[in-house]
Amino acid sequence: MTATTATATTRVIREHDRPLWQRLLLTREMAIIALLIVVIVVAMTTVKGFAQPITLNYLLLDVAPILLIALPMALIMVTGEIDLSVGSMVGLASVVTGVLTQAGAPFEVAALAALAVGVVGGAVNGFLVTVVGLPSLAVTIGTLALFRGLAVGLLGTTAVTDFPEMWTALAKAKIAGTTIPYITVPFLILLVVFVVLLHFTPFGRGIYAIGLSKDAARFSGVHVERTKFILFVLAGVVAAFAGIFFTLRFGSARGDNATGLELQVIAAVVLGGVSVFGGRGQLHGVVAAVLLIGVLSSALRLANVTSDVINIITGGLLVASVVAASLLAWAQRLRAKAGPPLRSAAASTP
Amino acid sequence: MTTTTSIRRSGLGKAIGGVGRAREFGILIALALVVIAATAKNPNFLFSADGWRDLLLTPSILVLVAVGQAIVIITRNVDLSVGSVMGLTAYLTGRLFIDIPGIPIIVVVIAAVVFGALLGLVNGALVAFAKVPAMVITLGTLYAYRGINVLWAGSDRVNASDMPKDFLALGTAQLIGIPVLAIVALIVLAIAAWYMRNTRAGREYYAIGSDPAAAELYGLKVTRRLLTAFVLSGALAGLAGVFYAARYGSVSSQAGAGWELDAVGAAVIGGIAITGGVGSVWGAAIGAMLLMTINRALPILGIQDFWQRAVVGALIIGAIVLDRLLAVRQKRRLIEARDES
Amino acid sequence: MKFARKRVTAFAAVAVAAALVLTGCADTGTGSGGDGGGAEGGSDNLAITFLPKNLGNPYFDTSSKGGKTAVEELGGTFAEVGPAEATPDAQVSYINTATQQGVGALVVSANDPKAICDALNEARDAGVKVVTFDSDTNPDCRDLFINQADSEGIAKVQVDLIADQIGGAGEIAVLSASANATNQNAWIALMEEYLASDYPDITLVETVYGDDDDQTSFDKTAALLQTHPNLKGIISPTTVGIAAAARYLSTSDYKGTVALTGLGTPNQMREYVEDGTVTAFALWNPEELGYLSAYAAAALIQGDITGAEGDTFEAGELGEYTVGADGTVLLGDPFEFNAENIGDFDF
Repeated sequence: MTATTATATTRVIREHDRPLWQRLLLTREMAIIALLIVVIVVAMTTVKGFAQPITLNYLLLDVAPILLIALPMALIMVTGEIDLSVGSMVGLASVVTGVLTQAGAPFEVAALAALAVGVVGGAVNGFLVTVVGLPSLAVTIGTLALFRGLAVGLLGTTAVTDFPEMWTALAKAKIAGTTIPYITVPFLILLVVFVVLLHFTPFGRGIYAIGLSKDAARFSGVHVERTKFILFVLAGVVAAFAGIFFTLRFGSARGDNATGLELQVIAAVVLGGVSVFGGRGQLHGVVAAVLLIGVLSSALRLANVTSDVINIITGGLLVASVVAASLLAWAQRLRAKAGPPLRSAAASTP
Repeated sequence: MTTTTSIRRSGLGKAIGGVGRAREFGILIALALVVIAATAKNPNFLFSADGWRDLLLTPSILVLVAVGQAIVIITRNVDLSVGSVMGLTAYLTGRLFIDIPGIPIIVVVIAAVVFGALLGLVNGALVAFAKVPAMVITLGTLYAYRGINVLWAGSDRVNASDMPKDFLALGTAQLIGIPVLAIVALIVLAIAAWYMRNTRAGREYYAIGSDPAAAELYGLKVTRRLLTAFVLSGALAGLAGVFYAARYGSVSSQAGAGWELDAVGAAVIGGIAITGGVGSVWGAAIGAMLLMTINRALPILGIQDFWQRAVVGALIIGAIVLDRLLAVRQKRRLIEARDES
Repeated sequence: MKFARKRVTAFAAVAVAAALVLTGCADTGTGSGGDGGGAEGGSDNLAITFLPKNLGNPYFDTSSKGGKTAVEELGGTFAEVGPAEATPDAQVSYINTATQQGVGALVVSANDPKAICDALNEARDAGVKVVTFDSDTNPDCRDLFINQADSEGIAKVQVDLIADQIGGAGEIAVLSASANATNQNAWIALMEEYLASDYPDITLVETVYGDDDDQTSFDKTAALLQTHPNLKGIISPTTVGIAAAARYLSTSDYKGTVALTGLGTPNQMREYVEDGTVTAFALWNPEELGYLSAYAAAALIQGDITGAEGDTFEAGELGEYTVGADGTVLLGDPFEFNAENIGDFDF
């Protein structure tokens, strides 16, 4: 009989269940970024006309409103809420800009008024969700109709198309020497602000906490209502800004501008890894997802693929990504049930 | 010694029941007010043959979609793809008439309903089995189905001349003064209401919507019920597609676009709580009628019909705020009752 | 660990950004200038793209058919793109795509006179020839405008038809397409002038917009009849509108009591003329319009004309055409359809 005391079985508990490289590269966000790179390369080589300077310009101009709004939308969805009214807010801001410009106000004033409308709209959403306590899905379906209704009501189906040359040119102007449009600058600034907000401030950590467990967050001292309210106001303002850009870019303020934009934003945000249940999501994934959809649309349009096929692909991508995430989670649950592996320090044999 | 506590359910029960019933009555009264106001301004709104027919006919299509949506919302899900499903089945209807001359109308109707049910099954399977949030799934299928519709139709449209006269006549035919489509919608509504109220399956939808986890633990077949709910929603949207083709006589690839939000709005206004477990299909149907009637009444009341969307939005917000207030009051009453008994 | 992960993803993000920027800065020579042909001399890039107000519109289906015939006769490549809804901003994306593709010419029916100007001028800078047809833009953003008929003539024929059908007095309404469409607004303005000068007993009570969408036009007709019980006539200067209005009228009580006229295609209107809902309406031949526009575009591409007044060019079977003032080419006169001649046409 061998003494068994000398070599006791030690149980090694690893800090993480997977090696570092897996944790870094096998994330949802990296998958989207990888897909984006693949699509860009394929498009550049196979689609005639894609690999030209002007492509980047049109792509960014097309995608800018979605890029802008996806940032606050991602934050809202991380807290487990949703805002379906952003598309209508873009339309309303566009109409306010148009109506005031038509009435003779200088463009700067009209734009500021539109931003103010964005603040008010976001505040209405925020109030109904945080103070009255209504579910955000229902509230924002209501404000989607309300804002859109106000936009169409103010302008009918006429479009205001007379905007100062200076401003419409600015919206499409390129940064000197490149074909990158100026709108990229405000977007990058906003991106930095949101990244800092989300990852380097307590406010941002509070957002994740709320998404994971509202009550736990509240007991930990996070101001749940105030956080959500601020996020809705942010969404309203950014949507209004996107509305002003949209108006200038197309030179047309119309009541039904940007109809359906909210669905495109949500599709991109969910594709980018933000969970609809809340508590999960990173901004780089969201940005990559928006660009992915944009590049796909641009390349397919150049290849004369009709926009309906593009829609099918967007819808299919969305469903596939969510189903894949769900399957992964299920697989992880199975693995977790099996428990951490036991490793004996000594292969002792009696 | 036994103490008998008499459960004062009678008074409270009636009050809670009253709260529920009050909602449907409330919207009915709102509907009546709108009709009265419009008729006062222009008697043709109600008292002409066209007016009476349009009053009942135009909402019939939305009633079907709203009922399907109501069932889904009651289970605490949402189906955003109904507009696209409707468009697809409307186009299918037209295509069947064009490609198979002489095909009986009833076959076309059944084909459309089955097609809609299949499309709904896709949604239901993804929600029930993959446990993916319904909002996201139906968002994806909204895009995908619409894209398939446009791909299939190309830039063709089905014109009135492509469809048989008796099918189109169904769109405007009347039976004892009530449009045929309205009668069919009413029958479907009655069946749905009976199903939800009186069958076990129907009650289980409410249970699942009120507390999915509890329903699961209690042993209810949640997966099967969710599947059925989405299949029903798809089938009803399919039937609505046939109605659309009969009523408008012309189907483009954009048919039905935007109807999903109208359906959700109608359900919400009609008292279906978005968090599930509350409301009745009668309410959703009346909500649908209210929405479509406001559409038609606004120009008569001198309000530019451009403001119609805004009115609908305000109504939806008003409805859910009212829901919330009632729910808070009910909760307070329940707590009082519990404390007192 | 957190920072390590962020660093890797940051590198990846930079890589992606670099890829995009490289795409942006790379000059592979297919950018501006392109093979669309410069302003001097001609080119043989006969890739002509038609961009109507919206797709799924039978009127534009016919004009594109004519355009396709012409382009094929010329040995070029034909493409038709367009939005589902007749809005100005939707057209901008397609114009941008055409610019990127470096097509030879773009043939556009504009949803708004000004909104698409910037995009069109960018296309012209890249060497794409721009021809508008059916609905014009401001003259400084296009090279030529192919007008189907003299606008005054179009307005006059419709007003005359409705006046004839309602007996010279009463209330009428207009069911138009989209609120910004250049051609619609031009015609309606001329109609109002003509009514004021020649038919003082006829009042135009309302103009509603069906947006060239079938269901909307249908519902708007119903609303018109509800709101104005004394309405005697409706003018719909859009083929989608008149078809939808006719369909509503033919199943309503107002059939025969409310007159309907406007611009419609014979195929869509035939059954309503035969069942008495509509007595007479007008149009031109959209197929010829598309055919002529394609030939004009080709002439511009090949350098035969520059769009100046007095230029002449050959338009295949239609013969020779001369460019008029403001870069406008006139197809012909509007044509009246009624029960007697409607069987003779197929478009």
